[in-house]
Amino acid sequence: MQVKSRSSEYDVCIVGSGAGGGMSAYALTKAGAKVVMLEAGAEWYASKNSKMLVPAYASPRRGASSTRKPFGEFDACDGGWDIEDEPYTVASGSKFRWWRARMLGGRTNHWGRISLRFGPDDFKGGTKDGMSADWPISYSDVAPYYDRIDDLIGVFGSHEGMPNNPDGKFLPPPKPRCYELLVKKAADKLAVKCIPSRLSILTQAKPGRQACHYCGQCGRGCATKSNFSSPDVLIAPALATGNLTLITNAMAREVTIGKDGLATGVTYIDKHTGEDRHVRAKVVVLAASACESARILLNSKSSAFPQGLGNSSGRVGKGLTDTTGTDVAGFIPAMADHVPHNEDGVGGMHVYMPWWLDNAKLDFPRGYHIEVWGGLSQPEYGALGGIQNYPGGGGYGTQLKADYRKYYGAQIGFSGRGEMLPNENSYCELDPTVVDRWGIPVLRFHWEFTDHEYNQIRHMQQTFRALIAEMGGTVRSPMPTREEGYGIAAGGQIIHELGCTQMGSDPNKSVLDANCRAHDCRNLFVADGGPFVTQADKNPTWTILALAWRTSDYITQQRKAGAL
Amino acid sequence: MNEHEEVPGDAAGAPDLPGRRDALRVIGLAPIFAALGWDTAGVERATRFVASLPAAEAAYVPKFFTTREWRTVRLLADYVIPRDDRSGSATDAKAPEFVDFMMLDETTGDDGRLAMRGGLAWLDTESRHRFGTSFAGATDAQRRLVLDDIAWPKKATPAMSTGVAFFTRFRDAIASAFYSSAIGWKDLQYVGNVFNPNWNGCPETATQKLGVSYAEYDAALAAQRGT
Repeated sequence: MQVKSRSSEYDVCIVGSGAGGGMSAYALTKAGAKVVMLEAGAEWYASKNSKMLVPAYASPRRGASSTRKPFGEFDACDGGWDIEDEPYTVASGSKFRWWRARMLGGRTNHWGRISLRFGPDDFKGGTKDGMSADWPISYSDVAPYYDRIDDLIGVFGSHEGMPNNPDGKFLPPPKPRCYELLVKKAADKLAVKCIPSRLSILTQAKPGRQACHYCGQCGRGCATKSNFSSPDVLIAPALATGNLTLITNAMAREVTIGKDGLATGVTYIDKHTGEDRHVRAKVVVLAASACESARILLNSKSSAFPQGLGNSSGRVGKGLTDTTGTDVAGFIPAMADHVPHNEDGVGGMHVYMPWWLDNAKLDFPRGYHIEVWGGLSQPEYGALGGIQNYPGGGGYGTQLKADYRKYYGAQIGFSGRGEMLPNENSYCELDPTVVDRWGIPVLRFHWEFTDHEYNQIRHMQQTFRALIAEMGGTVRSPMPTREEGYGIAAGGQIIHELGCTQMGSDPNKSVLDANCRAHDCRNLFVADGGPFVTQADKNPTWTILALAWRTSDYITQQRKAGAL
Repeated sequence: MNEHEEVPGDAAGAPDLPGRRDALRVIGLAPIFAALGWDTAGVERATRFVASLPAAEAAYVPKFFTTREWRTVRLLADYVIPRDDRSGSATDAKAPEFVDFMMLDETTGDDGRLAMRGGLAWLDTESRHRFGTSFAGATDAQRRLVLDDIAWPKKATPAMSTGVAFFTRFRDAIASAFYSSAIGWKDLQYVGNVFNPNWNGCPETATQKLGVSYAEYDAALAAQRGT
């Protein structure tokens, strides 16, 4: 195979442009490094390409979802669980779905902007309950980076002084929507802690970025850069330094190795021409997503590293987890016959429930948080379905039309997002026979939940049903049974895959050291969800950003010291 | 309701409704009026009149539905959502056109397409059994007899389960089409999807209706924090 190499050598090659890649590019280019970034998808900036404020009826499909846009056609993210030409396999008996974003900014174009810091206990799960390994770092190692990210990117929230849900440098939170006040009241009655949400959406302007205008459409990408996405907030400033070379439609295949066992660069496929190309770099940072980075390492086989690069421990692909999830929605009679008003708010909930109980008194070891949704959302494709489940019972004609008006927006839903414990039966590896469109061996997933997760999901279901009952509402769906996993979302469905290149102090049991550097290769780093030792009852993005910035600072120090 | 007029037999082609003829007349005469000079009010009146007319059946050629199915779909759509004093009907909002378009979309799938065709066929069969004519050929009262048996799943008899399944699906499709249209948004009094930088919570009329208040919320948070 002909491999064309770019003649110049970069200081750093970053694979991926999402939270980890964008953050690394920002920090490293600001520090003066010459960086090349490989992105498997196309260039995309919300500030230029957003479908913000397009009414549903302006599109022929009125916002309907598709394979490539599972969250609706206006959604910013070009990606999905099934991507043409890029298969993956799942071992028999396992259920797992692998989301990939294929665009500049990766999943930062998709996420809910829920920006929660991991707490002190989340880094020391082993010490707390012995159910998982401790991280080789502590909250105090990451806290300064959380502070810097809060300042740079922006996050709103409220100061609550909760030990394991640390406060940040918050912008003021928006007032709750009226139905969220109802939720707060019910939560208080049931002693479920309910506080203002913490989202990376600007309630006050930052340089070059406007304050939020409350259209509720963060998911479409923000034309005024009022929320966080990697391209507008991190990559554009990195490009402005003149130190960043961006190569899009570049599908990374493997990290190349020199005779000295050090990384020399990355081989990728130019998706436009199908040709193999190579970029040379003194340092390689993988930020392609937890599983994709593992795939690249496993495919980086050489005589020095026959099991793949960074894999002398055999741990690449291991320790894979996703956030647990389940949802319950209910009809709230008090919300019928709504008072017409603009309830859009920010693109997400204005209140949420952080984990509020003590696991020592429960039959599951780790917690979850609760997300809230409902109310007067934009009527798009699929609007007002299932009217037969409302008190009118269905029907047609004048009476039905009155019912649609009466019950529009009279719904509240809760989504639980919890911590899954790593287990030895949940991991990914290379499929021995299947390759993608470019001949790159694909991943095969193995997946298993245990009672730790099932019991937690049951608790979510019971809590959500109690909250809905407290508001005088009714839930249509019966409580799911144990056989139905209590309604647990399949692995990968919540799109928070973590692990696969976990950090640790023992090179025999972990892939990376405490700086997210490969034990086996001192100029190779991982800056996505891969290094996470455990999940938490929090979304991972803010911690991916913090770790990536911390790792970038380490790379900068090492470069200055002449060690890289 | 013009759209619910009886259609004799199963004759193909669009019925030439009075509304449609009027529309053609207005459009046809437009150049003459123009030559005489339009005043603003006159233009607005004419525009409103034309816009208020039911969409002409012949103007749209369905891509998924057959001519025969199309007539039934349009009839049935306006039984689901008729015109009333607040808004137009399903056909006014071109709901059938949108349903026809989405039937061929990837979201519908082969099962969904088959269920729609089969359901429409079931409706005609049921109508023939009862009245000796297709659903479109039946009288308004006859059609309502069938709809009354399939539109309320909890009240329907087990013998009607096929019809219930079809009508539930059809009603959802028409509701989705109607309420995602501009007419539907107005009908629901949806006032979002705008640049709204001064948003500062919901109005008091809305919080009062739910029996909640921002003062109570602030007090609850303060109590929770022990401040």
